[in-house]
Amino acid sequence: MALSLFRRAEIAPPPDIEAASLRSDRFRLERERDWRRLEAIVEALEKNRLRRISDDDLLALPVLYRQAASSLAVARETSLDAAALTYLESLVRRAWFQIYGPRTSLAAWFRRFLGGGWSAAVRAIGLEIGIAFAVMLAGTAVGWLLVARDPAWFYALVGEGMAGGRGPGAGRAVLAETLRGVDSGEGLTLFAAYLFSNNAGVTVLAFALGFAFGIPTLLLLVYNTASLGAMLWVFADAGLGWEFAAWLSIHGTTELLAILLGGAAGLHVGRSMAFPGDRSVLVAASEAGRRAAQVMAGAVLMLVCAGLLEGYGRQLVAAPAARASIGAAMLLFWLAYFLLKRARPVASEP
Amino acid sequence: MTAAATALRADVARRRRELITPEGLALPLTIAGRGARAGALLLDLALIVTVLTVLGILLLAMGLSALDLETAQTNPAVELILVVLILVVFLSRYGYFLWFELGPRGATPGKRAMGIRVAARGGGRLTAEAVLARNLTRDVEVFVPIVFLLSGGVEWGTTGIAAFAWLALFVLFPFFNRDRLRAGDLVAGTWVVEAERHKLMRAMSVASEPPAAAYPFGEAELSVYGEHELQVLEGVLRRDNPRAQRQVMEAICRKIGWQPGEGDERAFLEAFYAALRARLEQDLRFGKRKKDKHSEAG
Repeated sequence: MALSLFRRAEIAPPPDIEAASLRSDRFRLERERDWRRLEAIVEALEKNRLRRISDDDLLALPVLYRQAASSLAVARETSLDAAALTYLESLVRRAWFQIYGPRTSLAAWFRRFLGGGWSAAVRAIGLEIGIAFAVMLAGTAVGWLLVARDPAWFYALVGEGMAGGRGPGAGRAVLAETLRGVDSGEGLTLFAAYLFSNNAGVTVLAFALGFAFGIPTLLLLVYNTASLGAMLWVFADAGLGWEFAAWLSIHGTTELLAILLGGAAGLHVGRSMAFPGDRSVLVAASEAGRRAAQVMAGAVLMLVCAGLLEGYGRQLVAAPAARASIGAAMLLFWLAYFLLKRARPVASEP
Repeated sequence: MTAAATALRADVARRRRELITPEGLALPLTIAGRGARAGALLLDLALIVTVLTVLGILLLAMGLSALDLETAQTNPAVELILVVLILVVFLSRYGYFLWFELGPRGATPGKRAMGIRVAARGGGRLTAEAVLARNLTRDVEVFVPIVFLLSGGVEWGTTGIAAFAWLALFVLFPFFNRDRLRAGDLVAGTWVVEAERHKLMRAMSVASEPPAAAYPFGEAELSVYGEHELQVLEGVLRRDNPRAQRQVMEAICRKIGWQPGEGDERAFLEAFYAALRARLEQDLRFGKRKKDKHSEAG
């Protein structure tokens, strides 16, 4: 029985307090049993074995913690027993970490996150989303214009490997072939997983680079959308503009929105560090970082959706109209979720 | 005491922080050293790489060496394994640190081995968002530089050098601030502190005989040493190594001008420890601290 562990500690014979010749040792021996009880509770908490803790112990935890903390304060001023001081310091610290540790489980956090935490965080960084959106539009326009002026730019922007035969001067038939779906669903899970892992990497990078005042994030956004613009021009030039847009939009509305959010989250961190207002830079950065982290967690979720849409949806749905309407529906869904989903008012955590 | 030991003590002293908890209690914390953190990271990376390598070898052993897109499109089992593989790699990059640091210990296996953990800076609650933020930033600090170095990015000429300097800024960030924060800690509002566990040793004065009888230490003998020497002596007594005790006894006797006897090292040291501690603690109650043998009580 698990409880016997504590029982044994509790009924251990009390140390012979009078035998101690030093006053500080008597102080310590009088309190030692409470310390050990606290240690046993903390140990169980650390191992995540909550069922092993009796109700009595759980109720006693705050009291025991305070007692140990005040013992520490007294011992620091009266005792020179280095071992006991080190023990008390580590005990108080461990108890504190448990009492002030993450209180919610991952599952509970996730429920709160979907139930309004995410959309609230997204709404809170509206300004950065606007900036990132403008930058992405500008990047696309730049890519388009550069390739329109000189098709050689295409290979500089897109790269030979990613182009995969699509390029300026490629025949209309070749381009149309790349937009075709497949007839069966085999091999698509793999494709979806690959796309997700790849895109999530880019998005996390966009966020993490925001740390340096957001400038690298902007560059990353411009670079990635410029290749999109270049690709767009190539297909438009071949008269396949609508087909390409539909091909792109089925997953692209979700994926580009996720990248937009990732970039905006990075910008948010960068902006609050560059312009912290009347807070200190450290406080501003950590407040922004926590908010941005929620946005990012959501962006990764969106990329899972995008990966599935790209891997399955785009390959199985071939008609441009159907592709475009799926894309538009996803876009509407996300926008509605972000703008309308409010957290239900709950009693604030103590 | 050697110069190295002095430097070590000074370093630990610099890393000590007093945190005021919401109840108004002063909580002592020690910021984790850069060495411990680097060690923890290396341990974690080694663990991840080992697991992935074993996984890879297992797959090879199962005769799936010919894994490619062609077979994947025809064989659902192969496809499933590849999908799982991609997800495992993804999770080991982003999920490993997240999962462990959200646990009640606030530490990855590597951090636990080094006796350190993540905590909220300033004494608040460590939230899931904070852990998320510090681990998303880890990407530029750890994985991007590794990929950069492995892919020979340094050979790209000027761009390569610029990128290298840029990444070095992230990697070396903990060297540029007092709290050893890395970029992710800064963004998340966290820091990494020592979280070593100590066992409660037995009380020192319970076992010993009343000291005054055999060894009459007087004012002159006890005013030689301070708290630091007392702690060293405590350590010697707890380790209970006869040779060390002999040496310490001789050193003390030299200092206080006594003749060391034979065979009573432990009894002598225990008596001296008890007498010295009683005296220093008495001074302590009157607000006088004597740090070590060089300082004056005051």
